[in-house]
Amino acid sequence: MIKLKINGQEHSWDGDPNLSLLWFLRDEAGLTGTKYGCGVALCGACTVIVDKEAARACITSVSDVVGREVTTIEGLHATGDHPVQKAWRQLNVPQCGFCQVGQIMQAAALLMENPKPSHDQIREAMSGNLCRCGCYQRIENAIHLASMGV
Amino acid sequence: MNILANPRKLRGFEQFVRPIKVEKVSRRSMLKALGIAGGFVLAAPVMSRPAFAAYQTGADKMPHGTVVDPRVFVAIAPDGIVTIVAHRAEMGTGVRTSLPLIVAEEMDADWSRVRVQQAHGDEVKYGNQDTDGSRSTRHYLLPMRQIGASARTMLEQAAAKRWGVPVTEVKAVNHEVLHDASGRRIGFGDLAADAGKEQVPAIDSLKLKDPKNFRYLGKGEIGIVDLHDITTGKAGYGADVRLPGMKYAVIARPPVTGGKLGSFDSADAMKVSGVEKVMEVKGWPWPSKFQPLGGVAVIARNTGAAIKGRDALKVTWDDGANGKYDSVAYRAMLEDAARKPGLVVRKEGDVDAALKSADRVIVGEYYLPHLAHVSMEPPAAVADVKGDRAEIWAPVQSPGGTREDVAKTLGIPEDNVTINMTLLGGGFGRKSKCDFALEAALLSKELNAPVKVQWTREDDVRHDFLHTVSVERIEAGLDKNGKVIAWRHRSVAPSIASTFAAGTVHQAPFELGMGLIDMPFEIANIQCENPEAAAHTRIGWFRSVSNIPRAFAVQSMVGELAHVTNRDQKEMLLELIGSPRIVDLSSVKDPWNYGEPYSSYPIDTARLRRVVELVADKGGWGRSVPKGHGLGIAVHRSFVSYIATIVEVAVDEKGKLTVPQVDTAIDCGTYVNPERIQSQIEGAAIMGLSLAKYGEITFKDGKVQQKNLDDFPLLRIDEAPLVTNVHIVPPGPDTPPSGVGEPGVPPFAPALINAIFAATGKRIRALPIGKQLET
Ligand code: FES
Ligand code: FES
Repeated sequence: MIKLKINGQEHSWDGDPNLSLLWFLRDEAGLTGTKYGCGVALCGACTVIVDKEAARACITSVSDVVGREVTTIEGLHATGDHPVQKAWRQLNVPQCGFCQVGQIMQAAALLMENPKPSHDQIREAMSGNLCRCGCYQRIENAIHLASMGV
Repeated sequence: MNILANPRKLRGFEQFVRPIKVEKVSRRSMLKALGIAGGFVLAAPVMSRPAFAAYQTGADKMPHGTVVDPRVFVAIAPDGIVTIVAHRAEMGTGVRTSLPLIVAEEMDADWSRVRVQQAHGDEVKYGNQDTDGSRSTRHYLLPMRQIGASARTMLEQAAAKRWGVPVTEVKAVNHEVLHDASGRRIGFGDLAADAGKEQVPAIDSLKLKDPKNFRYLGKGEIGIVDLHDITTGKAGYGADVRLPGMKYAVIARPPVTGGKLGSFDSADAMKVSGVEKVMEVKGWPWPSKFQPLGGVAVIARNTGAAIKGRDALKVTWDDGANGKYDSVAYRAMLEDAARKPGLVVRKEGDVDAALKSADRVIVGEYYLPHLAHVSMEPPAAVADVKGDRAEIWAPVQSPGGTREDVAKTLGIPEDNVTINMTLLGGGFGRKSKCDFALEAALLSKELNAPVKVQWTREDDVRHDFLHTVSVERIEAGLDKNGKVIAWRHRSVAPSIASTFAAGTVHQAPFELGMGLIDMPFEIANIQCENPEAAAHTRIGWFRSVSNIPRAFAVQSMVGELAHVTNRDQKEMLLELIGSPRIVDLSSVKDPWNYGEPYSSYPIDTARLRRVVELVADKGGWGRSVPKGHGLGIAVHRSFVSYIATIVEVAVDEKGKLTVPQVDTAIDCGTYVNPERIQSQIEGAAIMGLSLAKYGEITFKDGKVQQKNLDDFPLLRIDEAPLVTNVHIVPPGPDTPPSGVGEPGVPPFAPALINAIFAATGKRIRALPIGKQLET
């Protein structure tokens, strides 16, 4: 039996310990905010925060996060008012929205590590998160906005 | 009025209730609204949009036309909450907000007290729901205004009756009806029951709001209704649906289109922890339309186990007739075809004679490969089939078509099929095809349990309905003064129609009409030809469709002509467009014109010229740029909108390309939400740059050679244009609305290519650019 801590809550799992965290979150724990986009760490749609760092849930196994704190979009902020979420709304960032959870989690992790990232630092940190709708200009602007405190 | 929400239908939709905002309506008010709806709905006749409209669209020629009836689209609860139905698919254009916003505007409802309810797939009830072809605002601006105006009129009539005053003395203002003379006022909620008893006014008696009194339309100040849910992870997409007892399935499909399952061995797959069953899925013979390809499904307790189980399957396939499809050989075949005469689809003057007499003939031959849609959300659908009833949850662009196809596939009546429309995590035309929902339906029927079918990204790349592959060859004849006197364009590409009918070798009118036969230049001798090409894979609509290769060819050729005649690109372009006029397409048998009547939506070269001038002005055409930088321009009319783009490119010594600035001018007629127009155009620049740099699907031995986002890369944020500016042409008072979702893409790649030429002197004639600039 594996014990996991997700958004401050205990979860247990007695299935395949190599199951990826992504499918555990979505299918077993019902936390569908985290998205599947590629399964091989190429798109960032599945980004969650493990302890204080962004991680791709699709290539993280359930057993990898034992004893660590997993934060998903559902646990990022109780009322959805994390500065990044607020900035995203202020600038109307999303189009279809599918990639945005991953983008927001990545941006939140970036700001934890670097509260005032530069243009180049934002572009580098966010380059693993694809947006097929092409919201990149607004994503960058929203991160600047969040870093200034909305 | 009516309310759609039927509590039974919300099953499995627990997470969706939030985005749809129904849960904010108290249970009491919902029940009351349902009560009001009672006999009302039964009495409601389906009305078609009337002929009095200031402009005509092709809306009524779409399957099931339009329905203009407030009782179908609007519900008012006693607490004043107005629920407006969104009947089209939301895939990122903002339509789920814009169409209800139009209704709210005409009703004079307060948007903060409006909730949006997503319709099921039911075209008899709602009219056409096929969200495709950049048609939603174009076809529904007027009907939605009429629906709102009807609802407003009914509220005003009810208030006038209650006060015993003439209806001309009352007026709906901000969610209330006012009687100025007496200072009385009454809220929409208090009037709901009475208004529901009023007769629906005749459409030609309606008085639409004066646009100068609009609070919402044309302003761009209202965020999309799903904004909060998207940013908090609550927005519900296809794969987010969960039902009690639901099984998870992934499917191994034939790697060659039209191939069949040979044999399979499931022993190892069954050993994978969490795998419950392995079973065959029925496939349809090629051309298979939107029907499933067939294969072997692995059923498991979660998606991860199902994927692992599939990896462990041993399967053999019988490849069939398309097993030899090879992109290298096919390109040579297309090029060969483009160099010989083909079916003439437009002819003005005598091109052969004019080319013969020309002082110079410039030839441009352009190659554009297959593209995969790769929306960030791979296809996924949930089905719950019980006996002769089916309920589907799926991110489909055409819920009405999906309903028909599910009914046919399962052999049950359409009335027994419920299609719940989830949000789409991108569509781009891929989700116009409901094969993935049909797979879920077939599996659920067999398993007698709810099933979710998840396509992996590999499935998505390998089994897409691909954007066509084409060779576009243009010969332009110049006279001694450098004036273009002859233009022959041969376009050869497998047609989308091949997915529906065996033996298809020519493009359909809707493809020929995307930038070939509707080419707007003022040239005395024009001939367009379409040589034969047979398809060896499923071809489908991809955002902007055939406009991508046609705009690429035509606008690249403009750049080439500017160069050989030593003229400015923009001046060359304007000269070719010629005088401001309505282009005469009488020589074309079927001009198609995006399904719109030519009278309301002609090719107007004055508008084409205007976007060129506007983008040149705002985008600083002719500005001096640093060494290694270049400016390129292109214009294209598609989906009856006019769009011009200027790209500034920088190419370094190693051939690495960056895009410092993009400017786009769009004339899409009357519009609803300029902020969403801007986001669509920003996104189109990204998609255009992505396909120009990287987009290519190739085949070998009938199989797609790419598999995921490593070998079919998409543009990333660190390569995105630094600035994309969008300039919207203010509409004339009577300019009908036109498309926005797609038209932004086609001019991007040729503007980029023209810019690269300006920067480097290198002319790129085949996409993707790939390593072509590397030194
Ligand atoms: S799903 Fe994990 S990076 Fe794409
Ligand atoms: S908003 Fe659609 S993929 Fe990013």
